[in-house]
Amino acid sequence: MDKQRANRSILDKLIDIALPLVAVLAAFLVGAVILYLQGVSPLEAYRAMILGAFGNKNGLADTLVKSIPLMLVGLGIVIAFRGGAINIGAEGQLIVGALFTTFVGLQMGDKAPGVVGIVLGLMAGALMGAIWGAIPGLLKAYLDVNEILTTIMMNVIAIQIGYFLLRGPMIDPAELAAGTNIPHSARLVKSLDLPRFTDVAKALGFTETAKQLELEGFAAQVYGVLVEPTRLHIGFFFAVIMAILVYIFLWRTTIGYRVRAVGLNRHASRYAGISVERMLVLSMTSSGMFAGLAGAVEILGLHHRMFEPTSVSAGYGFTGIVAALFGNLHPLGVIPSSILFGGLLVGGDKMQRAMQVPQALIGAILGLVVLFVISTDYFVRKRRDRRVAAPPSDEQEAPATPATTSEAA
Amino acid sequence: MSENLTAAVILLGIIHSGIRLATPYLYAALGETIAQRSGVLNLGVDGIMLMGAFSSFYVVFKTENPWLGLLAAIVVGMGMGLLMSVVSITFQAEQGISGIGLYMFGLGLSSLLFKTMLGTVEGVQGFSELRFCLTDSFCLADVPVVGKVLFSHSLLTYGAFALVPILLWVLNKTTWGLKIRAAGQNPEAADSLGVSVAAVRYASVTFGSMLAGVAGASLSISLLNIFQENMTNGMGFIAVALVYFGSWSPLGVLVGALLFSSVNALQLWVQVLDLNIPSDVAVMLPYLLTIIALALPFRRAAQPAALTKPFSRGEN
Repeated sequence: MDKQRANRSILDKLIDIALPLVAVLAAFLVGAVILYLQGVSPLEAYRAMILGAFGNKNGLADTLVKSIPLMLVGLGIVIAFRGGAINIGAEGQLIVGALFTTFVGLQMGDKAPGVVGIVLGLMAGALMGAIWGAIPGLLKAYLDVNEILTTIMMNVIAIQIGYFLLRGPMIDPAELAAGTNIPHSARLVKSLDLPRFTDVAKALGFTETAKQLELEGFAAQVYGVLVEPTRLHIGFFFAVIMAILVYIFLWRTTIGYRVRAVGLNRHASRYAGISVERMLVLSMTSSGMFAGLAGAVEILGLHHRMFEPTSVSAGYGFTGIVAALFGNLHPLGVIPSSILFGGLLVGGDKMQRAMQVPQALIGAILGLVVLFVISTDYFVRKRRDRRVAAPPSDEQEAPATPATTSEAA
Repeated sequence: MSENLTAAVILLGIIHSGIRLATPYLYAALGETIAQRSGVLNLGVDGIMLMGAFSSFYVVFKTENPWLGLLAAIVVGMGMGLLMSVVSITFQAEQGISGIGLYMFGLGLSSLLFKTMLGTVEGVQGFSELRFCLTDSFCLADVPVVGKVLFSHSLLTYGAFALVPILLWVLNKTTWGLKIRAAGQNPEAADSLGVSVAAVRYASVTFGSMLAGVAGASLSISLLNIFQENMTNGMGFIAVALVYFGSWSPLGVLVGALLFSSVNALQLWVQVLDLNIPSDVAVMLPYLLTIIALALPFRRAAQPAALTKPFSRGEN
């Protein structure tokens, strides 16, 4: 009897995991129809996409590079969502984070050892992102202002502040001297660059290339990603560690429990003596902090200077929402999910070059993924409701939708 | 004297562009008002606007008939509205998220279609500005001062303003309006009286999305007569904010839309006049004001009680 029940619960879990996958496949199916109507072979286009993203070491490295901001932004989305708030403002939080990291980095220069500068730079980005998230959080908690709307407005404000600073106080002196006035900052000193994978590998004594080791096929590509020079930097490990920390915070600490309790049922939480307002502010602030960290890591690890705000944020604020949803709004689920959608972004770029399919297709598919994934959530809930008679499952489960619906406004 | 004259010209200019620019906000926010009064937050307005803008532009580009373009925007808007309805009403999805999904879909698809079907920014002759000519030689538009401000807009602009009293009447004086308000305020009661909450919400969201499509068309085939990628630049989100600002009333939305578009027009004039405010800062002012306006506490009570709450029979 018990065994049967255990089997069924495994099956249930498998189906719950499979449903979002079905949703993603459905989105790609619609994408295929769009491609077909445009006169492009969907199979070839998707082939170019997958091979471009995962087929060789450069594609793989780029995929992981793009997964870093997605992961950090996605973690922020998860915290906000679990706490009963919807953070659409990651774009803006990422931008102000990147701006402040750049500012601190420029001020630091060579004055301190690189490690100190990097830590200060990361803290600067996190701080500014946190502030950008705290404002909508405070407005929601104490003045009952819809956070969805305020975060969207704050995005525009962040973009404009960025342009203002990069055309004025923060502009690269070289641009001024040359008279070209392209809005970007000077490059940060090299000592502030996050080490790349290849730097770490060299320090550890791996110096041969895959060819010299006579590696072939997939092993050669993986070795290439880890050891040979690519753009991949240790921000990836940083993001993974953050995902684990967020998991511990949400599920292994009292405050994390309170945050989730507020997300699940605001009234019951208040009745239980939890300060709902404080938890809301906390979840929005930490949500913004992670988006700000994403901006900091992008600057220190990849760009090394600030340039056009919307090119730095690159839609990660929205794609991060998709990654968080597909990761079942679970911090650890966000890790594979970010890699998948990082691959989608890279693959879309490769597809554009190989097949002349505009990258905008990826945006449309991402939108469909969101629509379909949250639609399948309905079936997950239905199935769970049917199981109420069964013993209550571990509270780590219960993804679905926290009670944001009830008081989103 | 000449300073006064300049000031007057600028003021009239601001009023004129304020009325003009209010058009897309009005359509989109009035449609959103209907959807929200029925209990559904449709956050995908911006994506619907983009699809409406593209489809109407493309049809006018091919047929040179603005009416067919408008029809295209209506059909596409309704289609997007049905998609939103299926996800948000039938599948009871979290409305804040489904709207973002719809936005991303509309933004991506309109950009994709623009790139593959047009490729470059083209111009069309859409709805032209009316002049209200009473006789061959006398047009209201030529009346000094008020003529230009009031009588030189396109049909779509007048349509947007005409919608305000119409929707006020529908919402407050008709059975349909009562059903919409009941679905948003107390769906259980509406259901017990035999009103299909789902049907009312489907209709409201689809109607609202249709207006969002027209809002997009008003940009691409009336105000600007071009299509560009992401040409709405977040207008749809502002429209949603205007509904909150306007206390879910068409009249409040009208005030909000005029206020917002005037601030925007003012902002454009600041740039034109080369005042000592950086344009980057000027652009963000309307958004800052929107946040402040949303934080003002006077209109809380008007919010439909069941807004964003999915309704299903028997659960309650």
